Amino acid sequence: MDPLRRSPSPCLSSRPSSPSTPPCEMLGPVGIEAVLDQLKIKAMKMGFEFNIMVVGQSGLGKSTMVNTLFKVWKSNPPGLGVPPPQTLQLHSVTHVIEEKGVKLKLTVTDTPGFGDQINNDNCWDPILGYINEQYEQYLQEELLITRQRHIPDTRVHCCVYFVPPTGHCLRPLDIEFLQRLCQTVNVVPVIARADSLTMEEREAFRRRIQQNLRTHCINVYPQMCFDEDINDRILNSKLRDRIPFAVVGADQEHLVNGRCVLGRKTNWGIIEVENMAHCEFPLLRDLLIRSHLQDLKDITHNVHYENYRVIRLNESHLLPRGPGWVNLAPASPGQLTTPRPFKVCRGAHDDSDDEF
Amino acid sequence: WLTAASALGSSGSHSKRENIRSLTMSGHVGFESLPDQLVNRSIQQGFCFNILCVGETGIGKSTLIDTLFNTNFEDYESSHFCPNVKLKAQTYELQESNVRLKLTIVNTVGFGDQINKEESYQPIVDYIDAQFEAYLQEELKIKRSLFTYHDSRIHVCLYFISPTGHSLKTLDLLTMKNLDSKVNIIPVIAKADTVSKTELQEFKLKLMSELVSNGVQIYQFPTDDDTIAKDNAAMNGLLPFAVVGSMDEVKVGNKVVKARQYPWGVVQVENENHCDFVKLREMLICTNMEDLREQTHTRHYELYRRCKLEEMGFTDVGPENKPVSLQETYEAKRHEFHGERQRKEEEMKQMFVQRVKEKEAILKETERELQAKFEHLKRLHQEERMKLEEKRRLLEEEIIAFSKKKATSEIFHSQSFVATGSNLRKDKDRKKEPGCGFELLCVDVRTCENSGGRKDAEKGREGHSARGRP
Repeated sequence: MDPLRRSPSPCLSSRPSSPSTPPCEMLGPVGIEAVLDQLKIKAMKMGFEFNIMVVGQSGLGKSTMVNTLFKVWKSNPPGLGVPPPQTLQLHSVTHVIEEKGVKLKLTVTDTPGFGDQINNDNCWDPILGYINEQYEQYLQEELLITRQRHIPDTRVHCCVYFVPPTGHCLRPLDIEFLQRLCQTVNVVPVIARADSLTMEEREAFRRRIQQNLRTHCINVYPQMCFDEDINDRILNSKLRDRIPFAVVGADQEHLVNGRCVLGRKTNWGIIEVENMAHCEFPLLRDLLIRSHLQDLKDITHNVHYENYRVIRLNESHLLPRGPGWVNLAPASPGQLTTPRPFKVCRGAHDDSDDEF
Repeated sequence: WLTAASALGSSGSHSKRENIRSLTMSGHVGFESLPDQLVNRSIQQGFCFNILCVGETGIGKSTLIDTLFNTNFEDYESSHFCPNVKLKAQTYELQESNVRLKLTIVNTVGFGDQINKEESYQPIVDYIDAQFEAYLQEELKIKRSLFTYHDSRIHVCLYFISPTGHSLKTLDLLTMKNLDSKVNIIPVIAKADTVSKTELQEFKLKLMSELVSNGVQIYQFPTDDDTIAKDNAAMNGLLPFAVVGSMDEVKVGNKVVKARQYPWGVVQVENENHCDFVKLREMLICTNMEDLREQTHTRHYELYRRCKLEEMGFTDVGPENKPVSLQETYEAKRHEFHGERQRKEEEMKQMFVQRVKEKEAILKETERELQAKFEHLKRLHQEERMKLEEKRRLLEEEIIAFSKKKATSEIFHSQSFVATGSNLRKDKDRKKEPGCGFELLCVDVRTCENSGGRKDAEKGREGHSARGRP
């Protein structure tokens, strides 16, 4: 704008001050409430997106769990008769499912081959690389001059980690992986194939795992530092008490007492997946879908993505300057896969001037 | 996607995504609660809505806002004597059941009051741009907090048209033309109770045709969603709304309503036969508030951002048509500026060194001159001194010579004194006095040399006393 055309200080207050605004009493209904309906209409029209990643050794029932969660049966049952792949692969499948007018674009990323090799050093690198790659894509889209109206969100919102039911405690592989991943993505650990543990064994295992998590400062979802108010804290504390959930997955239906239920049929009984007395699958389902889905997305967007962005934008200042041009190729996964443990918080993040 | 896949580590590989297909579920999953989850989060966060009111002083902007939100916001009237247009913003917190709304009202003070109105629209445009700029700055920060940012971008501009009954004023056209690409404009006919029903119809038609023929883009209520499309389309046809604002309550029949009481009748604000106030409130708040916010963010703000960034020299596509990232361009500029700054620093350094050298030279020159002068003076001094020494020597010689003579003459004198007596006593006394005694005596015996000697002796004495001083 031509500076000569600018009028001198047009605004008495150039930006309205946000704190200490006087609350006003309205003398009657205005209709502000209707904005909630407007929001709903908009959301229904746009649809929702959710990206979930399942990580665990083969045979722990990851694919079955996904099917049970979203009740989508694939034609060929997963994993049967297929030997585990030699190297870690990441396999993403996207579906659009609809329920009562709400459209959900669900992306499930599977990780066959995780922890299956003899030497599992750095087996988390491809996974971290994939997660960071999604952040990078989003960042690049956000930095364009002409942006899309709605940037497609492929960032992983939740990572479900399957802990094998040894009954003892977390293994070194588990601890290594969880430590690294908790800083980049929301992680929900679950005890897989929990039908091989009795109730008492489950409780003991759970307590030991919780203790392990505390000892190693692993902050799983729901993170305590993000509890907004007292209601959140109460709700989330209850959840935190039960994490990791002991789950059983099943994709076949059986007849029990005249009802058709999802379950696993064994010689000694039928394990009902949706029965709270048998396993904690309903808790997992409620957490992931019915109550905390939006929260998972929010934390991914406001915290994990922002952290990534800070690191990435700061990096560019530290790149060596040669006589030619500064090379800003997208970061290879190796660079960003091993962050130091730092506190992930919603507010200002002041770790960015460390060694990167 | 494929390039991203190739960037993965060596021990992993990534398969391309399959085509997205729809699947049907065979049971109840439960994600129909998703919109509710979203709404809950929004309730927690609170909403933000910013209205800009543009119109002449006294046209009823504050009253209309009060009536719209059913609150008495502020009391005093604005003056008509402002030298230029100013914008005044105030924020209020409203709450209705569980919805918290942070409402900001921006008023134009002094609009249309000046004699020369050429610059009237500029402060408004500047204000809107300033809010976009603030948001852009926040968005471009490295450490940013967008979710706690108080969004001050203007979501809607209510443009108040004077109820002349004829057509748009030139100022109105000019202002709206400059605002339509920056903000959602909803024109309203203010003080509509001064326009009769038939006049109103014609007025509205005239206004709309003027707006269209001048290419002014006003906000159209969205018609893409089926639930509200019909209503919105109908409302679009009734623009601009003819409104009346009032917070005064008048008893009509057995009800108390907001109205304006005249001797000839009562204009009820919420009566749809009397004015379009209810429609305005309906459209502005109940049906389209969210859409207004969205349009501001996705259309107006993006346009501003794009223009601003392009102005600063950023592009998406480089010279060889390869995509250029914002970061690369930013780095390029940083590099450039850095180089520029270094060059300037170098230049300044050079200049500084140069100046210092020059100054040094001048000082040296001056020093040399001073030294020369000193030498010269010293020499002069020396010469003077030598001359004076010479003179002194001469004088001393003469004094010695004279004393000798004096001694000899005294001998003569004493010999003759014995002969003559008292007369000479006076002469002796006179001898003791400097100067004159000698004079008489000396004139007798010797004439010119002694008088010269006397003068020298005097000089010598003076010179001697002068030399005696340090």
